[in-house]
Amino acid sequence: MDRVPILQIGDVLLVSIQVDLQDQSVLNLQEDLAERISATGASGVVIDISAVEIVDSFIGRMFATIASLSQLFDADTVVVGMRPAVAITLVELGLTLGNVRTALDLDRGIKILRVLHERRRGLPGTGHAASTLGLR
Amino acid sequence: MPANADRAHRLSGLLADNAGTLLQRWVQLAGAELQGRLTVAELERDLRELLDTLLPVAGRQAADVRTGADFTELNTVLTELSRRRARQNLTPTETASSVFALKQAVFELTEQDDDPALFRELITFSSLLDSLGLLTFEAYTRAREEVINEQEVQLLELTTPVVKIWEGVLAVPLVGTLDSGRTQVVMEKLLQSLVDTGSEHAIIDITGVLAVDTQVAQHLLKTVVAARLMGAECTISGIRPQIAQTIVALGIEFGDITTKATLADALRHALRSDGLSVVRRDQVGA
Repeated sequence: MDRVPILQIGDVLLVSIQVDLQDQSVLNLQEDLAERISATGASGVVIDISAVEIVDSFIGRMFATIASLSQLFDADTVVVGMRPAVAITLVELGLTLGNVRTALDLDRGIKILRVLHERRRGLPGTGHAASTLGLR
Repeated sequence: MPANADRAHRLSGLLADNAGTLLQRWVQLAGAELQGRLTVAELERDLRELLDTLLPVAGRQAADVRTGADFTELNTVLTELSRRRARQNLTPTETASSVFALKQAVFELTEQDDDPALFRELITFSSLLDSLGLLTFEAYTRAREEVINEQEVQLLELTTPVVKIWEGVLAVPLVGTLDSGRTQVVMEKLLQSLVDTGSEHAIIDITGVLAVDTQVAQHLLKTVVAARLMGAECTISGIRPQIAQTIVALGIEFGDITTKATLADALRHALRSDGLSVVRRDQVGA
């Protein structure tokens, strides 16, 4: 069974899903991710699904699960690069992603995480950056 | 029935022998019916082709028209003729009348003959022509349907443009009636454009939408949610007073989806959330 690689960039973990997911690999990913976040103390998780063409309700739920999971470690989750067909499918399935934030691409996703992180630490001068990214 | 077949040959023979005069008379009669909407040369070419394919099967029964293998060519020629005329805006009656005009020409040719067998064959031939006339009707309707379908597709393409109105802001001005098919096209086109242009804002302008019911609202909401899933913010603008009334009366909830009165308001909203603001030049310093 292929395991999805989890890469670390600064204090952000990047999960890039390049294969069509099986239920078992989704479970493995959740497990691995929980371990990695707790080990690294990462402040954010980016899930890149730009290569994912097919989703079902199980995978749809994965995003919400990962988000709640990383929330326990005080990390934010951003899903980036969702394809139109995937978005339509998730809407038709009636799934919402809960606490998950979304971004068009990896670059924007990491920016959002940075702003969220700074805001959480209460750093000054982030008001403008937050408004730039449409965060409320 | 060999004897019958022999006699059928008689009418076919008669028609083949007089093909030239028959054609002239047919063109004349059909031309009178069309009142100059086609040129004589054009009509003659059409009818000659028709007569050439009709003569070999002139002795056959009307019931064979749809099934007979030797009718394939005649059917093709007739369908093509009818299709062409449909596109030239001739009525189906005019096309069918052209076919029926042959009856008159054939009757005139056989008037002098009082052989009852020939008369029987004429009746058969006449009903054969009736079937052919009906065939032109069908072909006409089919041709028209094709035209309508083509136009529908074109209309769908034309009425759902996705335009970029600012750096990172896309707009979809919707016009006309929304149904599930169209909304699906809009949704797919908009989402794809978001990816292609990397835009984070989309505005769906429904100024030109005549009516909003629960289903249309549902489709709009789905589009907005799908855009949100992809990481873009979607605003709905151009809700007209009557439509606003309908939406409230139907109890449709737009939830936390931003709605604006006009496209301009929606654009300003998009710019502002991008950290931009539009101010007069003379007020910049102040």
